[in-house]
Amino acid sequence: MAQLGQFALALAFVVTAYSIVASLVGIRFKNDKLIDSGRNAAVGAFVCVTTTFVCLAYLFIVSDFSINYVAQHSNRDLPLYFKISAIWGGQEGSLLFWGWILTVYSALVVIQNWRKHSAMMPYVTAVLMSTSLFFTSMHLFVANPFNQIVTVQASGARVPFVPADGEGLNPLLQYILNAIHPPIMYLGLVGFAVPFAFAVAAMLSRQLGDTWIRTTRRWTMVAWFFLGTAILLGGKWAYVELGWGGFWGWDPVENASLMPWLIGTAFLHSVMVQEKKGMLKVWNMVLIIMTYIMCIFGTFLTRSGVVSSVHAFAQSSIGGYFAAYIVVALSGALYLLFDRLPYLKSENQMESLVSRESSFMFNNLILLAACFAVFWGTMFPVISEAVKGVKITVSAPFFNKVNVPIAILLMFLTGVGPLLAWRKASTNSLKRNFLWPAGIALAAGAGLFIRGVGRPVLKAPEEVGQSILQKVLGYSFTSSFYALGALVVSVFVAVTVIREFYKGAKARSSGTGENFLEAVVNLTLRNTRRYGGYVAHLGFVLLFIGWAGQAFTTDTSSEAAIGDTIAMRQYVLRVDKLGVEDTPNYSSQKASVSLFEDGRKVAVLYPERRVYKASNQPTTEVSIWSTLKEDVYVVFAGGTRDGKKAIIQVYYNPLVMWVWIGGIVLGLGTLIALLPNKKAVSRKRPRADQSEERKEAEAKV
Amino acid sequence: MKRKQLKFLVGSLVIVLTLAYLGFSGYQESKAYYQTVTELYASKEKAYERRLKVAGDVVPGSIQREGKVINFVISQEDQQTKKVQTLAVQYVGTDAPPDTFVDRAQAVVEGKLGQDGVFVANKMQAKCASKYEKESAAGVKRNGAE
Repeated sequence: MAQLGQFALALAFVVTAYSIVASLVGIRFKNDKLIDSGRNAAVGAFVCVTTTFVCLAYLFIVSDFSINYVAQHSNRDLPLYFKISAIWGGQEGSLLFWGWILTVYSALVVIQNWRKHSAMMPYVTAVLMSTSLFFTSMHLFVANPFNQIVTVQASGARVPFVPADGEGLNPLLQYILNAIHPPIMYLGLVGFAVPFAFAVAAMLSRQLGDTWIRTTRRWTMVAWFFLGTAILLGGKWAYVELGWGGFWGWDPVENASLMPWLIGTAFLHSVMVQEKKGMLKVWNMVLIIMTYIMCIFGTFLTRSGVVSSVHAFAQSSIGGYFAAYIVVALSGALYLLFDRLPYLKSENQMESLVSRESSFMFNNLILLAACFAVFWGTMFPVISEAVKGVKITVSAPFFNKVNVPIAILLMFLTGVGPLLAWRKASTNSLKRNFLWPAGIALAAGAGLFIRGVGRPVLKAPEEVGQSILQKVLGYSFTSSFYALGALVVSVFVAVTVIREFYKGAKARSSGTGENFLEAVVNLTLRNTRRYGGYVAHLGFVLLFIGWAGQAFTTDTSSEAAIGDTIAMRQYVLRVDKLGVEDTPNYSSQKASVSLFEDGRKVAVLYPERRVYKASNQPTTEVSIWSTLKEDVYVVFAGGTRDGKKAIIQVYYNPLVMWVWIGGIVLGLGTLIALLPNKKAVSRKRPRADQSEERKEAEAKV
Repeated sequence: MKRKQLKFLVGSLVIVLTLAYLGFSGYQESKAYYQTVTELYASKEKAYERRLKVAGDVVPGSIQREGKVINFVISQEDQQTKKVQTLAVQYVGTDAPPDTFVDRAQAVVEGKLGQDGVFVANKMQAKCASKYEKESAAGVKRNGAE
């Protein structure tokens, strides 16, 4: 099987290279047969890499430990589903997975557009296959998953060696969340290769209308959906498994996935301006190029060891190749963009600060600023070492200080943007649209403020920060203050979104006689892009509320013997049992803790600390009591030396549940926006609306 | 036309400058010098003033828990002189140490060096000693695994 995999990989390399050459030569000499052949070869590459992947999967399933990669990441007793997820448990396999998804997407793209966009498609094939060629050569020459284990004899001869058992999968990866997290991440990261390929193809073929945007709209959304889902799953995994009480720590590996998401989000919104107004054409090109480069950069960051991270893969030679690829792809795309500038003239100009276009522009600006700040903070050790010779790292306070205000501003635009008119919004429409939401949000804010949320903390003179602004104000912006701001804009956006649904449904039900709920559903199905977008925004609001709750987390840790209690806000925890458990796979220390809320027993929690025997690695098994209001998060941090007491750490995390609920609603909204619009049956509608729908229909074809 | 574009420019500039200011103050607040044990000793007096992040291997058997405080020693071999230097660490952070914090793990501690030469850390990261080292010690060489 290893030989077959190796052979299929080599064949993939040849077929991929052929596909590029055939497509380009075919274009040059206008030879349709050659172009078709190049296109078919792209499908062939998919077949080859799929075969390779299936071979590797087979080797994992039968536990063939003569193969180095299998021996390092699996063992005989591993359950079958973890044997399969172990395929992407390390460098070589996860790269192969990356490459495989790319060929899957490429094949889908050429099949979907088999007879369409004849001027552009050969270029699309060539660009996608160039990327694929890079990955195929990585699998083949740099990180080959089929290498065998050999021992070196005293004579210097190399003899194959088969260990009795594999070394097993890292215990931290033996969770279902973390088993599915990488594939979803790759589905997202790789997905952006498709709009990128179309963008480059549009420039190469000088077909710079918005065909490339319309053709790839759904691809972009799918990629964005997967990337966002993967980021949230990663956060959820960190929260329930790592035991530090949080879900986001600004670790380089998290940042690596956030950067493409931020620019991708800007792109997703910005293309609408081009579709409606023919503006921001150059800008959109820049955005999709940067999104794609950030996807590759993120992959590079987690694999090269340039920055230290808790999660990073082993340092390896692969970094250099990725860096080279990034330089080539980025400079190539930017040169092309520069050369095609005359074709990308804007058809309109910005007219007013208070308009839809301008809200899109500011949305772009701050998303880019956020990405830049994350990039800067992540790469600062590398930059400072290059410039000053010392490695300086920055941590959470830096990222939070910049990104928290950005997020609040972004949230505000989320509420305002969709309701502003194109070109210029009239004062009247502003009043009509925003008076109520702003009023309700401010009232909610006042209510929260009275209850103590967001009070500025006056500080003693020596505690006041060094900066002039802080000296003048005499207090620092506390996280509680920001949380108040976040909650106020969240209410504002939520009210605008709910009002849009309400107004639309009311108008519809009075016209058609449908009941209100039917009207909401039909309204959404008739304009999925608009209302799906609203649902996504609402999800973002909920996520934002959960995130604001982070400002109010508290924690305590104490040594407790059986019968001891720990108080945390309205909760009391009582240690009932302390014990040890021994299984073939691990041994563990365990506590049984009763949780009382206002004196009433609500749950029994079992925080645990395991030591896996094969790897001798301890893991924390967190126990969480989760409600819509807050989480009580209990960690068994260790035992005292005499074994009579346990160190129990308790985190009180308000509103965390809303992060996950928000994420689900966000995903749901994205899926709604992906649906095709349901056609109108009989009702007459105004002209403008119809023409918009026709445009939509064209986009789908 | 000109005046309108000026408005956009000013608006954007205000946002960018505010963010730059916030970024700078956040940088001042959280910057830490990332050093090896050897570099830390080489920087002499400066070492006491800076917020530092120091990496090293946890010396086997050195981890001692006293209530919430954990004392341990990290060591690092100088690549040129082959001299092993050690640093005593007192971890006083509020978070429990990571699961990967065990003997021989690579630990990264963040905090300040006290005048008594003990490094007081309030943050810690740890990585498991890499599997590859264990294997080469056992005499098994792997093809392509380097």
